[in-house]
Amino acid sequence: MKIRTIIAVAALGLSVTTALAQDSLSEEQQRALNARQAHMGLYGFYLTPLGQMAQDRIPYDAAIASAAANNLAAMAAIDQAAFWVDGTDSSVEGSRARAEIWTDAAGYAQVQQGMVEATAALALVAGDGIDALKGAFGPVGQSCGACHQTYRAPAN
Amino acid sequence: MARWPWIAGLAVLAIGAGWFVTRPAPLPATALDGITPDAARGAVTFAAAGCASCHSAADGPREVLAGGRAFVTDYGTFHAPNISSDPVQGVGGWSDLELASAILRGVSPDGAHYYPAFPYTSYVKADVQDVADLIAHLRTLPASDIPSLPHDLRFPYNIRAGLGVWKALYLRDDWVADAPTPELERGRTLVEALGHCAECHTPRDALGGLDRSAWMQGAPNPSGDGRIPAITPAALDWSVQDIAAYLESGFTPEFDSAGGSMADVIHGTALLSDEDRLAIAAYLKALP
Repeated sequence: MKIRTIIAVAALGLSVTTALAQDSLSEEQQRALNARQAHMGLYGFYLTPLGQMAQDRIPYDAAIASAAANNLAAMAAIDQAAFWVDGTDSSVEGSRARAEIWTDAAGYAQVQQGMVEATAALALVAGDGIDALKGAFGPVGQSCGACHQTYRAPAN
Repeated sequence: MARWPWIAGLAVLAIGAGWFVTRPAPLPATALDGITPDAARGAVTFAAAGCASCHSAADGPREVLAGGRAFVTDYGTFHAPNISSDPVQGVGGWSDLELASAILRGVSPDGAHYYPAFPYTSYVKADVQDVADLIAHLRTLPASDIPSLPHDLRFPYNIRAGLGVWKALYLRDDWVADAPTPELERGRTLVEALGHCAECHTPRDALGGLDRSAWMQGAPNPSGDGRIPAITPAALDWSVQDIAAYLESGFTPEFDSAGGSMADVIHGTALLSDEDRLAIAAYLKALP
């Protein structure tokens, strides 16, 4: 009986430890998670004036549009490999990055390349007037959706 | 002793009544009489109904309805079938009435029940004219000769006859929301019937029927992890314009972008008119 109890308690302790280990990230993992979420937040920051102009919510301003589109294109183009530290997919608290980012790296690289191209095309014409902006903004939105469709988990 | 024949007779009656209530009921043969299909209008209905979101291959063009996408659920894995115009592997050989019975009644040409993963549970509310238009449009789309995959379901869900009982319990063609204006009426058709929004955004009871008392109040993702959000006015403070812009571009008012199954939905709603997107928004804003 005693040995059984000891084994049971030990097993319970082990499973609790494992559960705790899954819930807490290492400093390296947490920094990567914070960095990529900040990166996504900045996409939203620069998309906002562009999108509000494209949706006729604010007046078109060539200088603001150009600056935002250039920043967006620069951000899309930087190397993001260091974001994807192992053990930081959506199975951990606070992450919505699907495991497919790791298991389907080629597919992920392809949708990311789609965003690089769409934002570069937008940066080229964002200062050329509202119609040019509207025409190039649609594909940027589609590139966001293409990635989120497959590689971002729903919110809980 | 003498009462046994009575009980046997009652049992036969009960089984007979059960069969009668739960048997597959296709549309009447005259359902499409006097209707002239309009394939151009059907293209709009096709976009609104989101057919391509399930029936196109995940990595294929949206107008090729070859099927093959897998939907992993609590009941097992459903595979969307080929509904392209191919006469052998698709539905090109079906009559308009057979297709309309599938869409509006969930009954196959050989008289079997479909699983409600196919949202005929919403399409049952659709206008026969809209469905006739949709069918005319489907016939203009390319053929694919890729065979459909069988579903892979757990017992007892793999017994199709059981679906008759499920339909008797849950298949309802009455509307949930009132629609006192033409815009709300159009919005209701787009949301409750064609767009089948409630299939994901409304929670289900233990047997998988929609809980109408919690209409659009959010639910566990039916085919994956996470939750599908609530979209009632209490849960979503977006304006009518915000909702319409989201359905066109996929962007939230903060310029986050739709993901998961909703990214697929946006492919369809992006093709609708501004009026239709505003009608959907008006419907949602009018919900309790």
